[in-house]
Amino acid sequence: MTDSKYFTTTKKGEIFELKAELNSDKKEKKKEAVKKVIASMTVGKDVSALFPDVVNCMQTDNLELKKLVYLYLMNYAKSQPDMAIMAVNTFVKDCEDLNPLIRALAVRTMGCIRVDKITEYLCEPLRKCLKDEDPYVRKTAAVCVAKLHDINAQLVEDQGFLDTLKDLISDSNPMVVANAVAALSEIAESHPNSNLLDLNPQTINKLLTALNECTEWGQIFILDCLANYSPRDDRESQSICERVTPRLSHANSAVVLSAVKVLMKFMEMLPKDLDYYGTLLKKLAPPLVTLLSAEPELQYVALRNINLIVQRRPEILKHEMKVFFVKYNDPIYVKLEKLDIMIRLASQANIAQVLAELKEYATEVDVDFVRKAVRAIGRCAIKVEQSAERCVSTLLDLIQTKVNYVVQEAIVVIKDIFRKYPNKYESVIATLCEHLESLDEPEARAAMIWIVGEYAERIDNADELLESFLEGFHDESTQVQLQLLTAIVKLFLKKPTETQELVQQVLSLATQDSDNPDLRDRGYIYWRLLSTDPVAAKEVVLAEKPLISEETDLIEPTLLEELICHIGTLASVYHKPPSAFVEGSRGVQHKRLTSSAGSGESVESPDTGSAAVSEAPPAVIPSQGDLLGDLLNLDLTPPTSTGPPPAAAPGMQLGAMDLLGGGLDSLMGDESEPLGGDIGGSPAMGAGFGAPPAAMPASFNAPISGGLDDLFDLGGGGMTMGTYIPPKTVWLPAMKAKGLEISGTFVRRSGVIQMEMTLNNKAMSVMSDFAIQFNRNSFGLAPAGPLQILTPISPNQSIEAALPLSTVGPVMKMEPLNNLQVAVKNNIDVFYFSCQYPISMLFLEDGKMERQVFLATWKDIPNENESQFQIKDCHLNSDAASNKLQGSNIFTIAKRTVEGQDMLYQSMKLTNGIWVLAELRVQAGNPNYTISLKCRAPEVSQCVFQNYETVLKN
Amino acid sequence: MIGGLFIYNHKGEVLISRVYRDDIGRNAVDAFRVNVIHARQQVRSPVTNIARTSFFHVKRSNIWLAAVTKQNVNAAMVFEFLYKMCDVMTAYFGKISEENIKNNFVLIYELLDEILDFGYPQNSETGALKTFITQQGIKGQHQTKEEQSQITSQVTGQIGWRREGIKYRRNELFLDVLESVNLLMSPQGQVLSAHVSGRVVMKSYLSGMPECKFGMNDKIVIDKQGKGGTTEDTGKSSGKQSIAIDDCTFHQCVRLSKFDSERSISFIPPDGEYELMRYRTTKDIILPFRVIPLVREVGRTKLEVKVVIKSNFKPSLLAQKIEVRIPTPLNTSGVQVICMKGKAKYKASENAIVWKIKRMAGMKESQISAEIELLPTNDKKKWARPPISMNFEVPFAPSGLKVRYLKVFESKLNYSDHDVIKWVRYIGRSGIYETRC
Repeated sequence: MTDSKYFTTTKKGEIFELKAELNSDKKEKKKEAVKKVIASMTVGKDVSALFPDVVNCMQTDNLELKKLVYLYLMNYAKSQPDMAIMAVNTFVKDCEDLNPLIRALAVRTMGCIRVDKITEYLCEPLRKCLKDEDPYVRKTAAVCVAKLHDINAQLVEDQGFLDTLKDLISDSNPMVVANAVAALSEIAESHPNSNLLDLNPQTINKLLTALNECTEWGQIFILDCLANYSPRDDRESQSICERVTPRLSHANSAVVLSAVKVLMKFMEMLPKDLDYYGTLLKKLAPPLVTLLSAEPELQYVALRNINLIVQRRPEILKHEMKVFFVKYNDPIYVKLEKLDIMIRLASQANIAQVLAELKEYATEVDVDFVRKAVRAIGRCAIKVEQSAERCVSTLLDLIQTKVNYVVQEAIVVIKDIFRKYPNKYESVIATLCEHLESLDEPEARAAMIWIVGEYAERIDNADELLESFLEGFHDESTQVQLQLLTAIVKLFLKKPTETQELVQQVLSLATQDSDNPDLRDRGYIYWRLLSTDPVAAKEVVLAEKPLISEETDLIEPTLLEELICHIGTLASVYHKPPSAFVEGSRGVQHKRLTSSAGSGESVESPDTGSAAVSEAPPAVIPSQGDLLGDLLNLDLTPPTSTGPPPAAAPGMQLGAMDLLGGGLDSLMGDESEPLGGDIGGSPAMGAGFGAPPAAMPASFNAPISGGLDDLFDLGGGGMTMGTYIPPKTVWLPAMKAKGLEISGTFVRRSGVIQMEMTLNNKAMSVMSDFAIQFNRNSFGLAPAGPLQILTPISPNQSIEAALPLSTVGPVMKMEPLNNLQVAVKNNIDVFYFSCQYPISMLFLEDGKMERQVFLATWKDIPNENESQFQIKDCHLNSDAASNKLQGSNIFTIAKRTVEGQDMLYQSMKLTNGIWVLAELRVQAGNPNYTISLKCRAPEVSQCVFQNYETVLKN
Repeated sequence: MIGGLFIYNHKGEVLISRVYRDDIGRNAVDAFRVNVIHARQQVRSPVTNIARTSFFHVKRSNIWLAAVTKQNVNAAMVFEFLYKMCDVMTAYFGKISEENIKNNFVLIYELLDEILDFGYPQNSETGALKTFITQQGIKGQHQTKEEQSQITSQVTGQIGWRREGIKYRRNELFLDVLESVNLLMSPQGQVLSAHVSGRVVMKSYLSGMPECKFGMNDKIVIDKQGKGGTTEDTGKSSGKQSIAIDDCTFHQCVRLSKFDSERSISFIPPDGEYELMRYRTTKDIILPFRVIPLVREVGRTKLEVKVVIKSNFKPSLLAQKIEVRIPTPLNTSGVQVICMKGKAKYKASENAIVWKIKRMAGMKESQISAEIELLPTNDKKKWARPPISMNFEVPFAPSGLKVRYLKVFESKLNYSDHDVIKWVRYIGRSGIYETRC
């Protein structure tokens, strides 16, 4: 029989014809018509108009026809909810059919019809089917509970289906168990805190028994569920591992990967000196290697996972380098992944082989692959010191091939090798210089210019080389321009006599003819440095550079831990936590590895050769791994493209200002000069060499913005008199964030909370694409818009940013209460830090309570909610204190003087509506104040007290 | 879980579309077509994320199968499922082609309804499916109650791959040991990597529910027996008779826990043909052929190539379907070939000289020499010199694997192991068998 003819009818009036056929008396004709309808539906035509006619065909004993009608119903019921009711009777009847296949079919289809009225009718049949004598019906009903839950979660809970589903975990039939586990796991995901999947040793035992008996898919459901369990001790861990290991020999790769996930996770619990631990490690390698002989798509999934496994436990595959060698016919996505893993596994022992392979790859066809191979050679040089020489000579060989992109890529990596091993391989510079003209990519040009500048004293014609680039200065990309500027300044400092003209030329090109603020800034800095203090200039420009790290693309350890818990899933393929690509509530739970009590430290592999890989760089918030996913859920598009242009916040700036503002200010001694302007263009600067400024700030790259802030504060909002703003503190030290230093503070102006930050780039490369996100916090603080940093931050530049905050974000209680965890992303990585905001940020302007209300509330709040604190060494009188506090929205409602002691009654209101009442006792001549705080949420008292203390003392 | 499943033809027209989850809309069908099938660039990944929706795809000839989801699904499972679906479709209607899919679309929808429920894969063993999803589709009404419950218990049961009550007049089984030997050799003859990936494929025509036990010269088993000194044949079977298996995987009928504890392979086989196990070895591989290349560039417009192949197995055995593929540069203008044996041709469309030899006995050697004329080019890029690859088939297992026994026990029916007729065959084929030049 051929059904393809149904695809071909496209005549006009087709619907009309079909209608007639559907109502035909002949069974065969009816069936033909329904098939045509389904074919049209597949192609995307709207055949919903035929709804009543198709539903009329439902009442049939022809199973094939019935299935077709059901298929139609599933597609269109939602658009015709009233008509769909017509089908209910048949469903209910079918659920009582003698044939279990029909009972199951009915309950399966009914669950797919997302119409509220139908779901009401579904409950009774579903209840019966969950207890059906036939396992086929039960396994179908189990999945149906998940379907119903997706439509109406409340209904499922009210009807008690969850308990029935839990009972099915003990069912005698393995497939029923597996489906029940799958359904429960899915439902549990949307109720993170419910104890729905109550995993205890008994249920685990049941699952492990079913594991041996159910289908391959069922085994996957069960293993994925097992991975969420936390064993009580290492013995339980070991016994589960022992029962899971046989799965490693399953023909289905997904079963194998899920088993690997369970083992990788539970291994954390095992003491490392245990014999079994070693055995287990050995058992993991062969199945992982076998995955590489699967179909290419699965190989890809396997390789992405192996990449994670190798980062976590390099010892497992350290002897298996060869299996990752690229085959000529591998699809490109497999090749690229294999290359990544090869670099990770490269060590002194196998470097010769690896290099020989990489050299082969560098002659292949695919450009991306070739580039990556060349880059890999450079990474090998940096990773395995002993091989550096061989790598360099391999790269030189490749440069000789004269293939343009190979040459360019090679030069970029040679630059990195120079950084890692300074003054070792400069003999190759001559060869590099020969290829100067063929370089047309900015990155390669910049790299080459850097090399020339860095080694200017050893290159005879360095000035000519650099001069040749200068001709087309304005056509170069920023990256090249900046590099060229620096290189020429370096050259000048090294050979001042013959290059004066050149340096003048580049400085004027950079400062006078360029629109790029970064370039101009850097130009001015150099200019001023050179003109004032050449010795200092030498110290700054020719300073010793920090070493570059071995592994540049390691996944951040907490993220890695989370991803290990997601082995086999999409998260492990994307190398992103689920929350980064899953919408809604699902997948936002964060999984983490639980390690045994004794081994809290990072995983140390027994051999030192690979120890470097497993030594985790310190996480900024190490103790809160489970929060990371939230923070990581950053919008990955650069902020410039998202929001509207920045609201004119007083702290917003042009990037140019802060770098020079402080110094210039003091130089010119002119306080009335408006500071918001573009100082770079101010006439004082035009003098250049001729008029050397009187003094330079000691460290020109440190932001000198304290004074500026104050100025802005006064000019900013009208009512902020006396608002206390804590000084900026360093939140994120550069050491922990690959050179990005963030310091900042919080201010409240005209009712708007702002986070004011100074971002300082202390790294050697340009930073851009900034984005920010907060973790959930006690008062729901969240960025009100994207972080507006419009220009990239060049090395040694700092930029001010003001981020308006709202208080409508997700809430989670933090410890301490005013703790805020922040993630900042840039083009380099994502960084995390935490800071504390003064609680007065949250005090509303309308926090002044009526006197009567105050009295009543004070009485109403129970005494156990009252807390008393001492504020020592405060020399203000009560009026001054009251004024000062008012600036922070702490309002004095009444004042009473009793026996020389002033009692101030004050109130404040938090953004979330919590009122705090205070009684402040000030005794003349006594520097110690006493304060009593009353609040319905006594947790805040401590914070409020601290705030009083800081406000009064500053 | 899987939110939807689409099948497209090469033009990107949708042939089958089944949506399982509410979060997948009709626009997903178009998104995949626009971003993947019609993409200008070659596909760079089998997983594509478009607007927070993930698409997994595999291609069979010119048909695209795509699974769609918005959740963090088990990616390995999705691909395994797609492959399985291809197997099931092939078992039902043969080759996966546009015509066959259109001809069987009702059947495919029926299958999709059965093997994927709310995006969760269900029993997808063709043996079981064929008992109740038939192309006639009307069997349903004529089944007795026993038949129905037999179907359901099989679909959900522990032995989902075999139905009860199978009867054969002649109990017979065929075992094929199919190996593919993979090699990457340097021009100097150094083995860069070599491995054998093998499969044991079984065709069983056995009555009832037979319990089978399969034995091979696995080093671990033989050594264990040797130590225990249990049987008389241990003396001669140890040593080089046994092979070290790096890893193996089994069909779901094999009791894995038993293999894990005792390393014995016991199972109740599916009826008909299926793959019992896959394995991989890397030690002591017999490389059936050695390729010795010699490439000389004579000036800028001429290449001289000489390739010698040597067969390395018992002289009494014959290798077949030998093919050596010698890549030529893109700017080749003409080729002269001389070969001692077989036929050789330059195939311009494939950029290679293809040398074919029908048969070759063991311990022989043969040679081809070619002169390649090149057009002068101004392309600076050097020729990549892809490796010389080889294809062949030999009647032995390059890994050295031997089947020691396959015992059949069926206690309820009256036939014994001796009554079963058994056939064993070894075929070694080239996998990726390459020598760099």
